[in-house]
Amino acid sequence: MAYDSFNILTSTAVPLPIENVDTDQIIPARFLKATERKGFGDNLFRDWRYNQDDSPKTDFVLNNSTYSGKILVGGRNFGSGSSREHAAWAIYDYGFRCVVSSFFADIFRNNCLNIGVLPVQVSPEFLNQIFEVIEQDPDTTLTVDLLNQKITLGAAEASENFEINSYKKENLLNGYDDIDYLNNIKTQIKDFASNTPL
Amino acid sequence: MKKTLFDKVWDSHVVKSIDQGPDVLFIDRHMVHEVTSPVAFLGLKNRKLPVLYPERTFATADHNTPTINQHLPVADPLSRNQLKALEENANEHGISYWGLGHQKNGIVHVVGPEYGITQPGATIVCGDSHTSTHGAFGAIAFGIGTSEVEMVLATQCIMQPKPKKMRITMNGSLNKGVTPKDVALFIISKLTTSGATGYFVEYAGEVFEDLSMEGRMTVCNLSIEMGARGGMIAPDKKTFDYIKDREFTPKGSDWTKAMKYWKTLHTDEGAAFDKEFTYDGAEIDPMITFGTNPGMGMSITKAIPSASDIEGGKTTYEKSLEYMGYKEGEHMVGKPIDYVFIGSCTNGRIEDFRAFASIVKGHKRAKNVTAWLVPGSHKVLNAIKDEGLLDVFEAAEFKLREPGCSACLAMNDDKIPAGKYAVSTSNRNFEGRQGPGSRTLLASPLVAAAAAITGKITDPRTLI
Repeated sequence: MAYDSFNILTSTAVPLPIENVDTDQIIPARFLKATERKGFGDNLFRDWRYNQDDSPKTDFVLNNSTYSGKILVGGRNFGSGSSREHAAWAIYDYGFRCVVSSFFADIFRNNCLNIGVLPVQVSPEFLNQIFEVIEQDPDTTLTVDLLNQKITLGAAEASENFEINSYKKENLLNGYDDIDYLNNIKTQIKDFASNTPL
Repeated sequence: MKKTLFDKVWDSHVVKSIDQGPDVLFIDRHMVHEVTSPVAFLGLKNRKLPVLYPERTFATADHNTPTINQHLPVADPLSRNQLKALEENANEHGISYWGLGHQKNGIVHVVGPEYGITQPGATIVCGDSHTSTHGAFGAIAFGIGTSEVEMVLATQCIMQPKPKKMRITMNGSLNKGVTPKDVALFIISKLTTSGATGYFVEYAGEVFEDLSMEGRMTVCNLSIEMGARGGMIAPDKKTFDYIKDREFTPKGSDWTKAMKYWKTLHTDEGAAFDKEFTYDGAEIDPMITFGTNPGMGMSITKAIPSASDIEGGKTTYEKSLEYMGYKEGEHMVGKPIDYVFIGSCTNGRIEDFRAFASIVKGHKRAKNVTAWLVPGSHKVLNAIKDEGLLDVFEAAEFKLREPGCSACLAMNDDKIPAGKYAVSTSNRNFEGRQGPGSRTLLASPLVAAAAAITGKITDPRTLI
């Protein structure tokens, strides 16, 4: 088992209604110098979260105790830019297990899936509804049901189905990763490689 | 069945297709650098797995390296430790390692093509989003995360669904002062930073055919900035001439055999794309960005658009302009700047330094400008010296640094100070990308040179 399995998650959520949140914001490059996957959550959204003297920026959502939870809700085109998996690690290490947006950048989405953070893509209308409802009542929960591919806002206030390919879904439900799969077909890979010159 | 260039290369590398799931894609060549690889090597250690094909992986140090005094020990202990980890991992697993000070050292996407690691029809990955650069040679090349780096080390494969296909056709010819960087910034300004997400792009038409290999690399490099996994250009005589006789390209009868295959690498007449865009090269001006993502670019002659004319989030747009200290309706030309950076995997090749030299020759660096000239590799550095460009730079009061990623992502000491404006030939103008609080204006080497000698944003066509 490569990471925690994911089944149903019910949690309050942290809203970040900004578009095009790039991975340099999620974790700036100067915090990528570690050689182990440890402690990245401390620097999640570092420059939006802290002033240059390391004091917290009070207007940033992670410094607002009204909002908490295991689900991060971001604006459209979340995770664009650099391929750094550290961005997904920072989100995980901070305590999030799911990111909701109306559109994800490709590499970021993959990185999340590969470490057991579920990216849930919803319609722009549903995303706006989530932002409105949780801003009005920060105690509202979201329920993300991977098996049924369904996300529900509040006590069934509204819900939507989301897409995920069945292979990745199976992996997440069981906590398997791609290396587990690839290792099992190594003979086939070696046969392929022997016909593929360098 | 009629196939696109992308189909031909992708399909020939599928080891296995999973129903309703990803393809298992075989990777011909893998490049690693110090920042995104240590956790992958650690993963192998924890799983007690060897590197399956070490001869298919190449390691270089670039992201975290200093660009002055490279002969001295690296001062920052964290950076030093990361570089040491890469060296140890490469040695332990029998991977070629071109570390700091090695004559082949340089930015991973600059040295790959220089030594012929990059070849047409190959699948190439690296834990870096600008791996798309190598698509200039008709390769499928794209950036991956660290989990995938581990997969490639352990099994030489990754698992991804086949992307959709997009073709961007540009005919006509480019005007004076318009470079490949402007072509890319123009396309991104039209498509936005998410316009090609989920797609692999093929660039076709006269404009791309006319570009040099360096120019094609600049265009393919920036594919990721419109969300695409990668971009590619069909190989032609220019491609073959560029790669012939390089260290890692086939020789003798292997070359003849490879050429036979490479010549089949083009999109068949009538093959289908999921999306197509067509532009006229003649409508492009020198470009500059004014906001905090690469899609926020425009002709250098224009005024910053107002939020009401922009599609999408007004709040995000206004936040971006506030960060930059700019207002809607302002013109870019004439605005003062503080720093100029020429370099990176986008514009750190010899052609870029030739372009920079063509403008600064006979002028002096503006007194208010700090300029960092950072070649993409030792090969580029040597060419700058051999071609006499260094003399031009020194006469104009510019200093040349040593190779590396440098201020493109400011992991080393090359950081633009908070609030300062940098005209940069790199690829991202995100908030704080070039240092906390830095303000980046992405542009071509010509625009950067014009800014460096005038101290303000200047249309380079007035100096040509």
